[in-house]
Amino acid sequence: MTRVDGTPLPDAPRPGQCLRTYLRDHGHHAVKKGCDAGDCGACTVLVDGVPVHSCLYPAVRAADAEVTTAAGLPDDVGRRFADAAGFQCGFCTPGMVTTASAFADRLADPAARPRTLQGNLCRCTGYRAVADALDGRVTTGVPGSGPALGTPAAAPASARIVRGAEPYTLDGPVPDDLAHLVVVRSPHAHARIVRIDTAAASAVPGVLAVLTHENTPATLFSTARHENRLDDPDDTRVLDDVVRFHGQRVAAVVGIDLAAAEAGARAVVVEYAPRDPVLDPETAREAPAIHGDKGPESRILDPARNVVAALHDGVGDVAAGVAAARAAGGAVVTGTWHTGRVAPTSLETHASRAWVDGAGRLVVRTSTQVPFLVRDELARLLDRPRDSVRVFSARVGGGFGSKQELLTEDLTALAALATGRPVQWELTRTESLTATPTRHPMRVSVTAAAGPDGALTALAIDVLSDAGAYGNHSPGVMFHGCHESMALYRCPNKRVDAEAVYTTTPPSGAFRGYGLGQVQFAIESALDDLARELGIDPFDLRRQTVVRPGEEFVASHDPTEHPDDLRFGSDGLPQCLDLAQAAVTRDGDPVPDGPSWRVGQGMAVAMIATIPPRGHRSRASVTVEPDGSFRVRVGTAEFGNGTATVHAQIAATTLAAPLDRVAVTGADTDAVALDTGAFGSTGTVVAGTAVARAAEALARELREKAAARLGAAPEECRLGPSGVVAPDGSTVGLVELAGARGEGSHDGSPRSVAFNVHAVRVAVDTATGEVRILRSVHAADAGVVVNPQQCRGQVEGGVAQGIGTALYEEVRLDSSGRVTTRVLRDYHLPQYADVPRTEVFFADTVDALGPYGAKSMSESPYNPVAPALANAIRDAVGVRPYRLPMTRDRVWALLH
Amino acid sequence: MDQLTVETLDRPAGDDEVRALLPGLGPDRVLLGGGTFLFSVPQPHVRGMVDLTATRWPPLTVADDGLTVAATATLAELADLDPAAHPHWPALPLLAACCEALVGSRKIWHVATVGGNICLALPAGPMIALAAALDGVAVIWDPAGRERREPVADLVVGAQRTTLAPGELLRSVHLPAAALRGRTALRKASLSPLGRSAVLLAGRRDDDGGFTLAVTAALPRPAVLRRPGLPDADGLAADLDALAHTHGGWFDDPHGTPEWRHAMTRHLAEEIRTELR
Repeated sequence: MTRVDGTPLPDAPRPGQCLRTYLRDHGHHAVKKGCDAGDCGACTVLVDGVPVHSCLYPAVRAADAEVTTAAGLPDDVGRRFADAAGFQCGFCTPGMVTTASAFADRLADPAARPRTLQGNLCRCTGYRAVADALDGRVTTGVPGSGPALGTPAAAPASARIVRGAEPYTLDGPVPDDLAHLVVVRSPHAHARIVRIDTAAASAVPGVLAVLTHENTPATLFSTARHENRLDDPDDTRVLDDVVRFHGQRVAAVVGIDLAAAEAGARAVVVEYAPRDPVLDPETAREAPAIHGDKGPESRILDPARNVVAALHDGVGDVAAGVAAARAAGGAVVTGTWHTGRVAPTSLETHASRAWVDGAGRLVVRTSTQVPFLVRDELARLLDRPRDSVRVFSARVGGGFGSKQELLTEDLTALAALATGRPVQWELTRTESLTATPTRHPMRVSVTAAAGPDGALTALAIDVLSDAGAYGNHSPGVMFHGCHESMALYRCPNKRVDAEAVYTTTPPSGAFRGYGLGQVQFAIESALDDLARELGIDPFDLRRQTVVRPGEEFVASHDPTEHPDDLRFGSDGLPQCLDLAQAAVTRDGDPVPDGPSWRVGQGMAVAMIATIPPRGHRSRASVTVEPDGSFRVRVGTAEFGNGTATVHAQIAATTLAAPLDRVAVTGADTDAVALDTGAFGSTGTVVAGTAVARAAEALARELREKAAARLGAAPEECRLGPSGVVAPDGSTVGLVELAGARGEGSHDGSPRSVAFNVHAVRVAVDTATGEVRILRSVHAADAGVVVNPQQCRGQVEGGVAQGIGTALYEEVRLDSSGRVTTRVLRDYHLPQYADVPRTEVFFADTVDALGPYGAKSMSESPYNPVAPALANAIRDAVGVRPYRLPMTRDRVWALLH
Repeated sequence: MDQLTVETLDRPAGDDEVRALLPGLGPDRVLLGGGTFLFSVPQPHVRGMVDLTATRWPPLTVADDGLTVAATATLAELADLDPAAHPHWPALPLLAACCEALVGSRKIWHVATVGGNICLALPAGPMIALAAALDGVAVIWDPAGRERREPVADLVVGAQRTTLAPGELLRSVHLPAAALRGRTALRKASLSPLGRSAVLLAGRRDDDGGFTLAVTAALPRPAVLRRPGLPDADGLAADLDALAHTHGGWFDDPHGTPEWRHAMTRHLAEEIRTELR
């Protein structure tokens, strides 16, 4: 009999069952499913002391074994991860802790770590905090007194996460009658469905329902979710009779278990009439219309030409600016850059579970960044009153934008309503890599001109964004991508020509940076060329050209005709430039031996608005609980962004309370009135402001209530750890004030700007194309840093993801439009071995708009990494890379 | 991952039990080594599995005529063979070096088998490079109870294709003592520091001066160059160039372009030639 963490498992496993599901089926949820293919390590367990990937281990083989999960390990290694903030979303952490326990001796040697941790992927941290955990460094903690704000407080869930005890979307109690959903997907990039025969599928024992375009709502919607649902084109159906990418959902089969659902899915007969695929965005505007059946109500700019959205605007006269630069003896550079299709790849795949509760309400537990927006759109799709739907999330195992989408909840909800049973759908890793939205691939052409002093006289971009099969986030990504990237620079003559076009490829969607990184890759590369032509240091060129406080932010619109709410809440960019420039030249790894290595240095700058435009709302409340502790209720989700920690720190500081007296509940449409969601890096600046205001309101109420009892004036009373204290020292305890409540809100305006500067020194092997990062530094203007350890982690994680985008990651398609990178062995996420240590610096500024002077800092560190690396490679080898990722074979090809 | 179509999983404990199951093998009833591949991708056509890991075949057998590696030997067992214990076989460090070339983690080493890696016949399979460089000979059981032998380099005939007929089983790989007495060198090219091999070259220099170079990962199937003495640089490069015509062209998949694989093959082969001079 298999014993797990000392407890015997009562039932024998199924013949083809892997150990992971055998354990999870028996409630051992410390074992996570990240890839189901032996690549990520989230399911690591010990079998008789030997670490294995339990997803690959036939459960039958463990019949007489002692299996140990993270929940059964001694506490010491897990505590190290908690003390070092060695995680963000935490989904990979139980497997990481288990691996670290098993390989403790080997991991004591830093040189052995890359190989030893090869089978443990973390998408969030960039691994520096993991290394600190292995070293036993304590980097978290709150001083005994003083405000919690500004301290490296540990995440409230730390102790549970490292033992695998923190529940994610599919963890925790499982309903007895839980049904499972499996989707039939299109084998064509473009086809009309002539016929679907579900008779055989319905006859498979255990199949409960088969959903197709014939029995699901035809309502058009967008999987993208925004505060204003009209931002995104309504061009998508739950299940369509036309498929527009290889892998699109065609039918959903619900079974009493996964085996029945899978068997049913194999039995669905679909007859397709293939249409010509449209795979090249460059020719898409002349290709047959992909959404030619859509009318104006879909809000597609030009369906006949496959154009989702366009922006053609400018200020001044670019041609005149170019001529002026030439006449003055300056320089003019042009170029065309391409970015790849990148998969967000949170370790927890998209998953949801839906059921109808005793009161007839539809309840959906889902892995989402936007529970309220999902609820609103579900109500619309299902034609139900909004308050008849509840959506919530447990801790979410990473997102990076990909969970600002409604991708699973529509089908689980429909299936639950159709069958009357709770229904679960968990995407496989291959479904995630082949059929969930990616970063928009873009082609960006740049013309940049400057006088001899480096002052820009013209800056023009021509952008073609590949939306893929559905419009989704494409308008927003295009507009955002062309905004702060351009507005960062002072230049009298600017022009943006941008279009997002449909192709019959997997849809693009929200991804960290939301378009800015693609455009900044091109602009920052072009400015590097410009600096080179002018003989000006690239840091100095930025000093000469970046927008300064008091100046307007001009991307391509005339600011007098298009005023917006963007402000210089604080200006840390000059500090960031100085910090990065000073740091990049010192320290670093030695240059590898050999005659074929060349060394170069590169930098890039990024600016981002601290809040998305057009409204981002949050409501929060803080109450005094019966035991005198505080509870914060807020709508935003914790998915590794660290907001659960930040909100507790803000509330504790405002209420003068110890941090451990504040608990945070989030991400539930029943918890607060509304919340736009955890995207656009708003967790601190929008939801955090709402929390701060709620805490301030509560503090006022507490002072007033206590003052009446103490016979003092409210303004004379102050809050302390034990309660409200009058000037004479008499106190009303918090228990006596239980039930007091404060509310706060923020509607996302006005908005500030945050800055990031990345600089690197690299060595390039001209014989092989290998790029080694010798030195990596990053300076960020995050305003007042609420939690330095977490904020540093956000920067490092963004840098690591940027390195992945720059050097390794690409979702590839074959000539028929089928994704060929279908597992994590073929889609290379940065491993421990791939990510150098990045030294992180923070500018010393106080934002006038953010809570306690804080700014956003989670998307933006990603944006300057790829251009900084490209500029360094250019500096090293004398040839510029124009295409991401800059893989070894491509760098080699540049030189041969 | 779960293989939900699998209805039977046999775990034969001895040779007779194994042989008795071979005639029943086919597309829907397959041999299971460690499982690190079979459980990593959906196998909806499979109804039954025959797990070889209960056979307790001795993983490594050292004899005067060489080293016999059971198909069920794990990579960890192979890597743990201490070269210092067999100083007359200078080639032994190549065993652990080839394990290091696996894209799978050390945790995979505990489960993945040498035989499974060879029978999977991926171009990047490092056990194929190992066996090809050391003149490894596969010992194969057929369903009629007979045994045949074939060089591993010939057993693998294409990307995920072997000469194994339905019902045949790879029992072991014999690495002859003559090859183990050679000096060896290994080189790998990959798109990331520890990524899947795009080029994996294993070279050997014998006491008599003979030079052997196994070219794997860069081609759909392994190629072995054998020369009586050390080739000169140009001659070696020309021989490598010719492999594209005889071995199905430089391989193309997400792990590297054919042009780069060709160039890295030449570059790394020259490093091996120099090292084994």
